[in-house]
Amino acid sequence: MLRVSLGFLGVAVLCLALADIQITTLEPWEELGRIGSGFLTPDLAVLAGYGDAFLNTVTFAFCGLFLGVVGGCVLSLFFSFTAVRLLCAFLRSIHEIFWAFLFLPVVGLTPICGILAIGVPYMGVFGKVYAEIRQEADQSPLRGLPPGTGRLSLLAYAVLPLIWDDIKSYTSYRLECALRSSAVLGFIGLPTLGFHLETALREGHYTEAPALLYAFYLLIASLRYWVKPKFVVAYVIASFALVSTAVNLSLANVVRFVSYEILPWPMRRDGYYEGTGAVHFDAGAVWSWAVELAGSQVLPGMWNTLILTQIALVGTGIFALLAYVVVSRHFVGRTTTRLGGLALIVLRTTPEYILAYALLQLFGPSMLPAIIAIILHNGAILGHLTGQTADGIQLRQDAPRRRLDRYLFEVTPRLYSQFLAFLFYRWEIIMRESAMLGILGIHTLGFFVDSAITDDHLDVALFLIVASALLNMGIDTTSQRIRRRLRVTTGTVFTYDE
Amino acid sequence: MHGLNGVSVSYGEEPVLRDVTLSIVEGEQLVIIGPSGAGKTTLLRKLYELNEEQATLVHQDYALVPQLSAFHNVYSGRLDQHPGWYNLLNLVRPRRREVAAIEPIFRDLGLADKLHARVSTLSGGQQQRVAVGRAVYRGCPLILADEPVSAVDPHQAGAVLQLIRSRASTAVLAMHDVQLALQYFARIVGLREGRIVFDRPAAEIDRQALVDLYGDESGAAGA
Repeated sequence: MLRVSLGFLGVAVLCLALADIQITTLEPWEELGRIGSGFLTPDLAVLAGYGDAFLNTVTFAFCGLFLGVVGGCVLSLFFSFTAVRLLCAFLRSIHEIFWAFLFLPVVGLTPICGILAIGVPYMGVFGKVYAEIRQEADQSPLRGLPPGTGRLSLLAYAVLPLIWDDIKSYTSYRLECALRSSAVLGFIGLPTLGFHLETALREGHYTEAPALLYAFYLLIASLRYWVKPKFVVAYVIASFALVSTAVNLSLANVVRFVSYEILPWPMRRDGYYEGTGAVHFDAGAVWSWAVELAGSQVLPGMWNTLILTQIALVGTGIFALLAYVVVSRHFVGRTTTRLGGLALIVLRTTPEYILAYALLQLFGPSMLPAIIAIILHNGAILGHLTGQTADGIQLRQDAPRRRLDRYLFEVTPRLYSQFLAFLFYRWEIIMRESAMLGILGIHTLGFFVDSAITDDHLDVALFLIVASALLNMGIDTTSQRIRRRLRVTTGTVFTYDE
Repeated sequence: MHGLNGVSVSYGEEPVLRDVTLSIVEGEQLVIIGPSGAGKTTLLRKLYELNEEQATLVHQDYALVPQLSAFHNVYSGRLDQHPGWYNLLNLVRPRRREVAAIEPIFRDLGLADKLHARVSTLSGGQQQRVAVGRAVYRGCPLILADEPVSAVDPHQAGAVLQLIRSRASTAVLAMHDVQLALQYFARIVGLREGRIVFDRPAAEIDRQALVDLYGDESGAAGA
């Protein structure tokens, strides 16, 4: 276990040497000062004008989540088939923003785009997690039923009641993620919170952006008070009713997208210049197109994505190992654990995209903003989980009194294997974020996807997105292998959370 | 006729049942006794496998759904006799007809006030009685029960055994409480290390037979 950890650390240091890390802005501290003072004096009055953005953020999240739950339920029933398992892995290996890029040309900047961008990857997530919850549930009640019982009755009497609580708590946790995704989708133009956050940050309105962020925290923190199981159905119906007024789906667009626009350029070139729109297939030309694309965009993009991923992964681990101290009862008093917990929740709630975007304004373009943003967001989640593991450990009465000894010799060694399992679960999530954050200008896969979309080269964008999905599935598999070899498990399914 | 004829079962190297022959006539009710690890559970499972269509098994670990009410757990014994939509309806809101059919069983089990209680809120003994209730409600001619009263207190145990006796035409039970077995059932089978040691009327079981069966005085204390 130590050898694997040191290996990853070594790779990260190497990556750090290769990575483009610099501060290019002239006065980063002055800028930081202005942001800081903005957080202290937020301009709350602007919020009144953003009611629509809040409503959109919430309705997109509810509709997307609903889509994900319905699709996930169906997929989970057939999860034992390899094809379905692969489909789920593929759906969740593509970031919400990339999905939005794919739906954008088909449905435009409409609510449908946002809902699908959330719903489609969530189908993959729910498909997998629901199936796993079901596998882990007690199977013995099934033995107590008569042999001829129908599938529906079986599900209703001996499966659902057992897993209902787990399903409920995981799904409600996912609502928080969906709200975050929904807010972030504003950064690519959808009318959610992110849209106004982007404007405020870009134009340097540092009293407006914190007001929006505070309001978002409040929205997340208040979820438990207004999202009750008995109201959820009403919320979903209301959400669909609200967005349905804006639905304008053109079948012709869809057909054009799948049958023409995503075809490799060489197939469309001649028809394009002749103005006929004809398509003809030339294997040689398509092959050389793919090879050219792989050399100029896919491989460089993957290389930078992996560099960022490995640095951020190890950084997340180090951050979490330090951060768990301030939330564990073994090291600090109750007041500190409360404050520390609050700080970690705020970091977790802030979408990594927003963190990275704000840091970009501070430090200028390089990998640094993305690295810090991923570390803070994921490290906060992991630190929180690790703190919970630590508090679950019962120390012997004569444990070392000095906190450093306690940390190094008692607590950390005991939770290390669980910690590693959590960290490796986050590997694919961190990679997905690394690829996506390329939109901000660092040359990971997202950068090339973004450029392709801007130039309306949908064939290139799709090629890149599929490449990033394959890379992500590869990392998922590697992570599972390492976890199995180290024999580390997280115990519960709730560690998939992101 | 339900029975076994020269059946052997083994898990890995270790044989659990060795050449067991047991014939059970329709309408007969018997108890298998013997030290733990003798193969009682395996024997019951084997009987269940051979008679799956007409038998029901009370599991040693109850196999209940703790999140559902006692009523629903008992009702689930007859899920195969109703269409799926009806079962779903009954899950959401118990039908009056089903409640009326199940209530008498709860009265016999001494659980009349627990009909709609969540199983997870019941004590171990109460849960065990619900498991018996489900098997009885299922209405199979053959009831197989693995330690059906092990967690039930003594004055309730009699009522539970009485219910099984009256509702099953044929019954095979595994029990560790020899005194209760002798008191309520006429035919007793002694099982030890996967072999039938004796198979005779309860009246003919003497102290020596039990000492031989259990290998020491402790197990025979009930006799």
